[in-house]
Formats: sequence, structure tokens, C-alpha cells
Amino acid sequence: MAKSVKVYSTSTCPWCIRVKQYLKDNNIEFQNLDVSIDQSAANEMMAKTGQMGVPVLDIGGEIIVGFDKERIKSALGL
Amino acid sequence: MENKIYDLIIIGAGPAGITASVYAARKQMDFLVVSLDIGGQAAWSGDIENYTGYQFITGPELAQKFQEHMLKYGTALKENEEALELEKTGQVIRLKTNKADYQARSVIIASGKKSKELGVAGEREFKNRGLTYCATCDGPLFSGKDVAVIGGGNSALDAVLQLMKIAKHVYVINNTLNLSGDAIMLRKVQEAANVTILNNHSVVSVFGDKFVNGIKVKSPDQEKELAVQGVFVEAGLVPNSAFAQSVEKNLKNEIVIDSRNQTNIPGIFAAGDVTDVPEKQIIIAAGEGSKAALSVFNYLSKNNF
Repeated sequence: MAKSVKVYSTSTCPWCIRVKQYLKDNNIEFQNLDVSIDQSAANEMMAKTGQMGVPVLDIGGEIIVGFDKERIKSALGL
Repeated sequence: MENKIYDLIIIGAGPAGITASVYAARKQMDFLVVSLDIGGQAAWSGDIENYTGYQFITGPELAQKFQEHMLKYGTALKENEEALELEKTGQVIRLKTNKADYQARSVIIASGKKSKELGVAGEREFKNRGLTYCATCDGPLFSGKDVAVIGGGNSALDAVLQLMKIAKHVYVINNTLNLSGDAIMLRKVQEAANVTILNNHSVVSVFGDKFVNGIKVKSPDQEKELAVQGVFVEAGLVPNSAFAQSVEKNLKNEIVIDSRNQTNIPGIFAAGDVTDVPEKQIIIAAGEGSKAALSVFNYLSKNNF
């Protein structure tokens, strides 16, 4: 079964756009959480990472901060 | 290390580097683009209304269009790579990055500028823990909170204008006697009820627990603490030119170029915000990138490469 993928992002950050584009290009389904309007998602992200920078990916429990292509690839098994 | 010798390596993929790549592709050069990111500072801009052909476009959208244009030619792109050293030995220029070594007969340095750090205690520790260099990206996370903007020029005013709509209160910490910047922006900031301007103040330290909960500031006669949850550093920009050690730079560390984008080292060209070109604009950087690529083409032909 495919891992569940969550992306914590804001609508304005360039790296968030790149991450989401990368996932789309690889046909990966994901749940997008806009932390600028969803305070509970923002709290969840800060609890998971101890930091406030976006984007953050949660790939089946593996937390990746930033558009770290290599780690995203290996977490997704691409 | 790759044994291959490229015709050209372009360092940076902002407006200058990407435009250079389009011209290099159309001249059918054998080249490589090495960059930390795509779009450069343009990708971090809010609204762009002075790039001819687009009456209105956002930074991320323009960066996306630049990227599509570059990749249309099947250009070889090494992303997430940072240039560390650049040196010329004989006719060959060697580039060392954080991931690999490359060789070429010519190079275009288009590595742009980055945000200047304050160099105060707590700055690195609290980066992304309340301290940020991008109001556009991270501003929305601070809704209803008290924040401080560090800086006194246009980029600081731009950040204040964005934040005063989101945050509860905005402190502006400016180390000169008066804010500088466009009159229209300045008036809006001065008239806002939830903005406090502290001129002639500088930041001493950023402190907190897991996240920022305050900053210490000082004026010539006193030191005080401000309780803020967000710190937005807008203290200007510095060129990404340190890796090009033997290339001549001016006092601002910008790479010195002639009207054909040639640096002091034959075969090493530079374009855009990393250079001493007057005015830093997206359209100027793009124009400089095209000029640099054409200069490279002439240089390679002249030297029979």
C-alpha cells in the first residue's frame, strides 16, 4: 500500500510550490495542509519538527523539512 | 571527478543564469547549469509588475515560467548544488561544488545575492524557530502574534506592510536615524496603529526557549527587551561571490565586469545581481544573462574551442 503523504505548506513559499509540483510529477497523492490558515495543522507541524519553516513532509511517519529531493525519493521508494 | 570538459558552466538559475542557459542552448553549446535553487530571488518576490510582457505576475509564477523555458531545451541541470571553489589552471576552469567537481572552458557566474545575517547571538539557533529571512513565505504563520522586523529600507517596509495585516503588533528595529524607502510605503507604515518604529536601535540578541520569545535591543542610551514571537530579518543582501576567490570584486563584494560581462579572468564571465551592474532588477539580470552567453560564444569561437 502506498504511504500516506502530508505536505505542510503556505501558499506563498516557492519551495512549497516546488515540492507539490514534484509530487504531482511523480503521481504521488498527498494531503496539503496550509499552515497559514489552519492553526491546528501549524501546531501539529511544530510539534513534529520543533521548527516553523515550510515545507514539511510527513511520508508515512518520516518527517522531512524542506525540499530535500534525495530523502523524499528514498522515503517514497522512487 | 568528471573528466569531461564542458564548453560552459552556468552557476546559478535565477533570471540571469536561466536566460544565459536559453541562449547557450540556442547556440548549441555543450553546457551545464549548477544551482542551489531555481528562480533565485525572483521566486521569493511578491507581485511583479515591471517585467515587460507580463502586466502582473507573482514571483513563483515567473520562476516557474523561467524554469519551463530553460528545461524545454533539455538542459542539464544540477539542482541543490552549491559552488564552493572556482579556479582556472591553464585553459581549464575547475568548479568544485558540495557534491562534485566539474571542468569547463568558460563559466558564467550568475549566483545572485542572499539575505544578510545580523551576526547576533541567537540568530542561527532560532532560524526557522521564529526567526526568518522571508516575510512572504513565513509571515502567515504569525497571525495574531507580536513580531519584529529588523531593517530600515524598502525590503523591511515591504515586510512590515505584509505583517501589519496579519500580526497583532509589529516593531520595526532600524539602526539609522530615519527609515529610508519609498514615500508611499513609508507613510502607510507610519500611519498604522499596530506598528512601533524604533529608530536608532539595533538588535543585541534573539532569545527564547524552543521558539523565539523575545529580542534584546539597544539604543545609544539604553538596552531593553521586547517580547515577540517572530523576528523577520530584512537587513539587506550580500552577493554569493565568496567561492570565486581569484575573481576581482568591488567593496560590496560584487564581481567586477566590463560591458561584455567579462571578469578579470579570461573565460570567466558574470551576470546579474552578483555583479557590479548598476540597478538590480529581474529584467536587467535577464538581459545581462543573455549578453554574457553571447560573450561566451564569441570567446569560445575566438579561441577555437
